[in-house]
Amino acid sequence: MSHLLLAADTISVDTGNTAWMLASSALVLLMTPGLAFFYGGMVRSKSVLNMLMMNFICIAVVGVLWALYGFSLAFGRPHIGDGLIGGSHELFGLGNPDVLSSVWGFGPIYKIGAPLTDATLNAGVPVLVFAMFQLMFAIITPALISGAIADRAKFWGWTLFVALWVTIVYFPVANWVFGTGWILNKLNAEDFAGGTAVHTNAGAAGLAVCLVLGKRVGWRKDPMKPHNVPFVLLGASLLWFGWYGFNAGSEGAADGIAGLAFTNTTVATCAGVLGWLLVEQIRDGKPTTVGAASGAVAGLVAITPACAFVSPLGGIAIGVIAGALCALAVALKYRFGFDDSLDVVGVHLVGGLTGTILIGFFGFDHGYATPGGLQRGLFYGGGGSLLEKQVVAAGAVMLYSFVLTYIIATAIKKAGGFRVSEEAEVSGIDEAEHAETAYSFSTVLSGGLTGTAAADDGAHSAPSGKERVDV
Amino acid sequence: MKLVTAVIKPFKLDDVKAALEVLGVQGLTVSEVQGFGRQRGHTEVYRGAEYTVDLVPKVRIDVLVSDIDADKVVDAVVEAARTGKIGDGKVWVTGVDTLVRVRTGERDADAI
Repeated sequence: MSHLLLAADTISVDTGNTAWMLASSALVLLMTPGLAFFYGGMVRSKSVLNMLMMNFICIAVVGVLWALYGFSLAFGRPHIGDGLIGGSHELFGLGNPDVLSSVWGFGPIYKIGAPLTDATLNAGVPVLVFAMFQLMFAIITPALISGAIADRAKFWGWTLFVALWVTIVYFPVANWVFGTGWILNKLNAEDFAGGTAVHTNAGAAGLAVCLVLGKRVGWRKDPMKPHNVPFVLLGASLLWFGWYGFNAGSEGAADGIAGLAFTNTTVATCAGVLGWLLVEQIRDGKPTTVGAASGAVAGLVAITPACAFVSPLGGIAIGVIAGALCALAVALKYRFGFDDSLDVVGVHLVGGLTGTILIGFFGFDHGYATPGGLQRGLFYGGGGSLLEKQVVAAGAVMLYSFVLTYIIATAIKKAGGFRVSEEAEVSGIDEAEHAETAYSFSTVLSGGLTGTAAADDGAHSAPSGKERVDV
Repeated sequence: MKLVTAVIKPFKLDDVKAALEVLGVQGLTVSEVQGFGRQRGHTEVYRGAEYTVDLVPKVRIDVLVSDIDADKVVDAVVEAARTGKIGDGKVWVTGVDTLVRVRTGERDADAI
């Protein structure tokens, strides 16, 4: 997507591009609460708050780490191992005066020790605007993982996992794919907005972490059906809305390529809904609301890497293939016996791989030019070379993410425990971990009937501090 | 005194209530309940996984009546609640030893 480089005040800010990137950043932020509702609706009512919190805490933790060192590791100069991780001291803390007065540079220049002021191509977008846009990607990627271990993770164990995971897995992988790293600049694979760095990455991590934590108590025996299907569709809709920032914003400018990405994001998602519902109609006999929401997400995931490299017809093909494939892939967990509670593997790993690899077929040369130039896929006469690069990129991210995530999760499990007690899990993680319950519909139990007008002596004031109120 | 209890299909509540009002019944208690009989439950599908929902929602009605009214009330409920399809529910009668109206302290037949 871009290369680090700062140019000083000699290059002026482009207000149109900057306005679009500010708006896109806010759109992508909204995806994480959207995801929280998408996931939250799918869990049982006794664990919906924990699900929302697992997502919301990602915003808090990653937001701080990104400013401290994350942006520098992901988008700094090539630092270690020739394209394995970045790191530029002036980007740590984001407060350097040169950084504040600079715009972000794009352009195919990959050399170790390249000066930060070497920007030749830029869209006139201030560095901090670009940094905030990329932060939102770093937030939602670990949030995606949470669906694989719904209902059973200790909250602080999860929070520690998020901090370690973004540091050890996301920041380097973002550097490979979006920054100065090897996948974009040496391998020249194509991933516009994160089919590898975000979705394949989160999907592989989800598989690893759900294997480490184990199955939920009663999995495959007790009914674990979604407690609020309207939340699921609301969450998916918020994701779709925010995804326009994710994909079209990844152009880094308000231009024709952003329009192409926006168009593909639309048509592929529509096709994803249709693909998923078709499988359901044939297999189960009924098109479901959860299926429509899931099909939209599958289409969005698959078009993410491809949205600036394929024509809208290619986008429709990618969407419908991903929707149908993911609808079939969610059954894998039953076949292989891993409790990926909300199908992070079936939707994000499978969808991310599908989109990344299909670029090798549908890639055309009228889209975005990466450092590797405009490349054509198999169906456009480009031969198999792009396909090969895509497979290598996706495979590398999947392998790295799975192995490192497995190690991180195992370490947390051994150190302080990652999983709540069986009693807490059965009685409900909301109450056990957060001392809250999501819903109090009973007027009697929620205090709606206490305190009659006749008996009111002013003693029913609001509880303060640690005062105890019996309900 | 008798307690007439009926478990019926929820959408039949209004019909049953109207039939009891015609008989001059002064009050009743309604609760939402779940259970199963011969109707059993139904199947739901989420992301291809089937869930069997065993317990079907029903409405339970409790009416306190005098001994001589019990049969008439039972007949009225059965007639009003019947659709002829499986899952129409059941009506049963139990004896009541003591009855007190909380406000006035009236007892037994006077409290109905």
